[in-house]
This record gives sequence, C-alpha cells and structure tokens, in this order.
Amino acid sequence: MFSQEVPLELYLLLSAALFALGIVGFLIKRNLITVFMSIELMLNAVNLSFVTFAHQWHQVRGQIFVFFVMMVAAAEAAVGLAIIIAVFRARATLAVDRIDLMKL
Amino acid sequence: MHLILFFLFAGFCLAGAINLLLQSHPINSALSLIVVMTSLAVLYLLLGAEFLAAAQVIVYAGAIMVLFTFVVMLLNADREERTMGSRVWRAVGFPAAVVILGVIATAILRSRELGVAALSDGITTTEDLSRVLFHELLLPFEVTSILILIAILGAVALARHGHGEPDGESEPHGNQGRTGTK
Repeated sequence: MFSQEVPLELYLLLSAALFALGIVGFLIKRNLITVFMSIELMLNAVNLSFVTFAHQWHQVRGQIFVFFVMMVAAAEAAVGLAIIIAVFRARATLAVDRIDLMKL
Repeated sequence: MHLILFFLFAGFCLAGAINLLLQSHPINSALSLIVVMTSLAVLYLLLGAEFLAAAQVIVYAGAIMVLFTFVVMLLNADREERTMGSRVWRAVGFPAAVVILGVIATAILRSRELGVAALSDGITTTEDLSRVLFHELLLPFEVTSILILIAILGAVALARHGHGEPDGESEPHGNQGRTGTK
C-alpha cells in the first residue's frame, strides 16, 4: 500500500494538461498581466516534463535545464513586468484589445 | 503514499490552473498561480529533484509571484472586461487547446517504454547537480548571470519615469501630501 508507484505517463499527462490550460488562458484572457501569467504557467508545465524525463533516464542534465529555464523566466518576468508598467503609464489601460500599437 | 501525494497535488495544480482562467480579477489569478507553483514543487520532490523543489518555491512562488502581485497592486488593475475579441477567441481557443492536449496525450500514451516513479527511488542531491553544473556547464552558468544583469538594467531603464521629467512631477498627488522623493 505504501510502496505504490506512479507511472511517469501521469506526470507527462499532467504537464500536457497544464500546458493546454496555459494556451487557453493566453487566448481567452483579456488582461495583460493575466496573459503573462498564462505564459508562466506554460513554462512551468514544460519544466515538469523536463524533471519527469530526467527521472526517467537518470540524467542530471534535465534538472539543470529546468534550472536555466527558471533563471531565464525570472529575467523575463522582470523585463516583461517593466514593459507592462511602461505600457500602462502610456496608455492607462491593461486591456489587450486596446494595446494594438507597438508605438507608445 | 506516492500515488496519494501525486493525485492530491496534481489535483491542486489543475484546480489552481482552472481557477486562474475563471477568475476575472488579476490578483485572484496570481494567487491561483502561486498554488500551482507550490504544488509543482511537491511534485518535483516526488520525482527526486530536491534542489529544484526548493528553487521552485523560492524563485517562482516567491520572487516572480511577488513581482506579479506587486505590479497588480501598483497598477490597480481592475476586473477585465469581456470584449468581442474575447468571445471570438474563446470559440477558437477551447477547441484548439483540446486538440493540442489530445495530440500530446496520444503521443505520451503510445510510448510504452516509460518507467514508474516511487518514493524509494532516491533523490538527486544538490551535490550531484552542482558537480555537473560547475564542472561541465560552467560557461552557460556564467552567461546566464550576465543575462540576469542585463535584465535588471533593462527593467530599471523601462520602469523608470519618463525621460527629462523630474522625479517628483509624475508622482500621484494626494498620498498624505508628502512624497519624500528627491
């Protein structure tokens, strides 16, 4: 009972489900910050896949890849949120339908 | 035990992700995302990645989500409005996501050579991880630190007040009449 094993397919299916939910969020959310959060959700889903495959093949490289993804995601979040602040300052809105020009 | 923990925290993950989509206020979505990321940390620990579980909590659930909640509160983001584009994309987005999920799921279920994960598998210690990271992958590691530095500079340059204006000018007046900034 206490030594039950989980097939790795379940982890991969969970990762796929989180990725699909991230895509749905990216498409249907109308708030710039929430769209950005959906991107972070997709990154996390991919990270779960990496860790699962690292476990499958007993490779440390998979986990190191997740480490790099985390660092890049941190940098991306800092720059992305700074861009959101700049856009909000110029447009006074966060609705993606009203932000349709690259020009400030 | 592993099975119970997996289903518990996978359920938390999916519930948080679905709640992220259903909430209309960004701060509620941010809190749901914190639930997702913390549950993912437990799943990493179940897969034996102890360092990544800690980093997930510290970096994602801590640093990145604090940044998100700060920005949501700073910009005073209100409820999102439902627009025409939103409804069109809802009609297109749901079938597209279901198709993508179906394709990935069939690809996963068709591959039969995947193993199982148990609690007795042991964990990848931080020592194993750092041995590879600092011996074979030292250059990418250092390059990433430069990337972080550039990101900090970029964030500061982007979020700064507009060029040429004095700092105190565009502060919102009325927070107790005293800004205190130079």
